[in-house]
Amino acid sequence: MSLGKDILQGDRRALARALTLVENQMPEADEIVREVFGHTGRAIVVGITGAPGVGKSTLVDRLTGHFLSLGRQVGVLAVDPSSPFSGGALLGDRVRMEGRGSVVFMRSLAARGHLGGLARATPRAIQLLEAAGKDLILLETVGAGQSEVDVMGYADTTVVVVVPGLGDDVQAFKAGILEIGDVFVVNKADRPGADQTMRELRQMLSLGPRKAWQPPVLAAKAQSGEGIEEIAAAVLQHKDSAERNPEVGTRHVREAERFLRQALADQLVAHAVARAKAAGRWESLVEDVARRRKDPVWAAKELEGGEERE
Amino acid sequence: MTETSDAEATRPIRVLVGKPGLDGHDRGAKVVARALRDAGMEVIYTGLHQTPEEIVEAALQEDVDVVGLSILSGAHNTLVPRVLELLRQQGMEDVRVMVGGIVPEEDAAELRRLGVVAVFGPGTETEEIVRFTRSCARGA
Repeated sequence: MSLGKDILQGDRRALARALTLVENQMPEADEIVREVFGHTGRAIVVGITGAPGVGKSTLVDRLTGHFLSLGRQVGVLAVDPSSPFSGGALLGDRVRMEGRGSVVFMRSLAARGHLGGLARATPRAIQLLEAAGKDLILLETVGAGQSEVDVMGYADTTVVVVVPGLGDDVQAFKAGILEIGDVFVVNKADRPGADQTMRELRQMLSLGPRKAWQPPVLAAKAQSGEGIEEIAAAVLQHKDSAERNPEVGTRHVREAERFLRQALADQLVAHAVARAKAAGRWESLVEDVARRRKDPVWAAKELEGGEERE
Repeated sequence: MTETSDAEATRPIRVLVGKPGLDGHDRGAKVVARALRDAGMEVIYTGLHQTPEEIVEAALQEDVDVVGLSILSGAHNTLVPRVLELLRQQGMEDVRVMVGGIVPEEDAAELRRLGVVAVFGPGTETEEIVRFTRSCARGA
């Protein structure tokens, strides 16, 4: 019996186990992903990002309910930060999720030191959910600052959530998170300043280059469910637009090369380190770098150049 | 056997901390969740008013090693056996269940007989809970 086959048949326990193997980077994970990879790439992946406390988790819960009502098979991945001190994490995104039994599969991922707002295991976790038959995946990032922009690389559509009163309009012009939104949501729109925030965002977006897809700015009150339908509709429109316009581009094109590069880098590094260790050179090179006798780039070149160098 | 810090870093223990039933007091659960986090574990906190069904489904999806139930309502004699039963139905007997809260000793003995690995009463040091969680999660 293989976990891969069980996942393809929709076994939730097998899916949960495989997610753990992927998170822990166990060798078995490579086998499972190989087994199911032909069945991946089918879901719409919707990234939800924004600063801590803007209402991402509540929005994810309401979107989950809405997409279920549209007949979608929904999976949720929610990333929370790991402690830089203990490595532990408090994963609290389930608190805002309504109990929906086994209909929705939700997994909390700890970032485990990975920067960029997601966990290292994210792409593989998406693939496993797809293999299990999920056709709409909501991907919630850690509470993002300004440069946690990885989500755009993994999602078909990135929803950036803001709330009124987070700063003057210069904040909106900075590079980073506000560049990656395909859909903008001004949540808690009953708060003072909501209109101004909407206006500033629209202005900021209108100053950019004309693109095939112009990101809409939508008001919402996720708590009461207001605006959820419009957000879901915008997400699906963006997906359609991406499929029709090569300029907008689907995530499959973006991610294929990155997957390959990452896998290649992992294998080459593992191979090079193993070879250097076998030759008894690794520890002395680490020591040289630690004592500032060699800089890391030079040390790496020395290794790459092989034995003939010394 | 104690695990090396290396194993701890690559395979963090995953614990679900949940509050089944109707009481609305979650300070104890939060203190424990925080202590386990500070000990390097990944803690899935599910919040208040969970049914046993919701807790077991979350434990399944999150693939946790340990489930910690905080119960102050006095309903432990119905809630805890139900959680154990549902875990069994899912084939999740290997998941360890701990209970924290106000549980009279005779009830605690019965819960242990049913398969609960520990019952922690008021005044338990968090260090003890951390130590116990670690030992039972790593196949004790």
